[in-house]
Amino acid sequence: MIYLTRRAEFSASHYYHNPDFSAEENRRIFGKCNNPHGHGHNYTVEVTVAGEVDQTTGMVLDLKDLKAVLETEVLDLVDHKFLNKEVPVFATKIPTTENIAVEIWNLLAAKLPSGRLHRIRLYETDDLFVDYYGD
Amino acid sequence: MVSLTKRYRFSASHRLHNEGLSAEENSRVFGKCNSPYGHGHNYIVEVTVRGPVDAATGMVMDLGLLDRAVEQEVLDRFDHTYLNLDVPNFEGKVPTTENLCVEIYNLLRGKIDGGQGSAQLEKVRLEETSSNSFEYSGAAEENREAAARETK
Repeated sequence: MIYLTRRAEFSASHYYHNPDFSAEENRRIFGKCNNPHGHGHNYTVEVTVAGEVDQTTGMVLDLKDLKAVLETEVLDLVDHKFLNKEVPVFATKIPTTENIAVEIWNLLAAKLPSGRLHRIRLYETDDLFVDYYGD
Repeated sequence: MVSLTKRYRFSASHRLHNEGLSAEENSRVFGKCNSPYGHGHNYIVEVTVRGPVDAATGMVMDLGLLDRAVEQEVLDRFDHTYLNLDVPNFEGKVPTTENLCVEIYNLLRGKIDGGQGSAQLEKVRLEETSSNSFEYSGAAEENREAAARETK
């Protein structure tokens, strides 16, 4: 088994707000992330695929295919977007780094041309990242 | 379950020296890290917590709580200190980065596990330099017990 990881970057804005909380609760829980006009990050996503090395190609999967799937399924959806307002799933779900990572997993897991999705690692900044393994 | 990792930095000095060894042995085992006045590093500590994503907040853990726990237990204690002399944690224990990594794990575990949320401390990774890093996920025995509880 080989684990292959591809990195990609996207830039997006978001804010944290739960309509079930009062304005005071939202400010207390989410702090400056509650600013309604949003704020942005340069995200880095690492997609790790697990698989066996194909005998004829020597590859776990064709990187061109992985790049294409990542672009069409994820980057086209989120890059240069205000996640709360422009990405439908985040109309009702707070676009925290945790939730974005889970969503990226959901977008990609069934679309890989070969191999099995092993991990989504999403960096919000150099000093903060989350890992999701589908469980 | 999602694992969340945050990086923090502190600077400290240390000397690798074991009183139970002769001067020659100390020099042989610890090399230039045995230099008598100590030497320093810019440490980077990565703290990983793991738990379910809270449906109301979308978060594994309140980052403010994590920041405060790391500040109080790690940064306030170790930043800009000489580990051998300024903190009690290394009395009778060589302040290698291995031992410092275990110490940080044990200090944080009590603050995070059983805290306000359901997240648990998963791992501490400590970089001494960009070339050397150490990871600790708790004692193997404890991990086996935790795994046994999860499967029940």
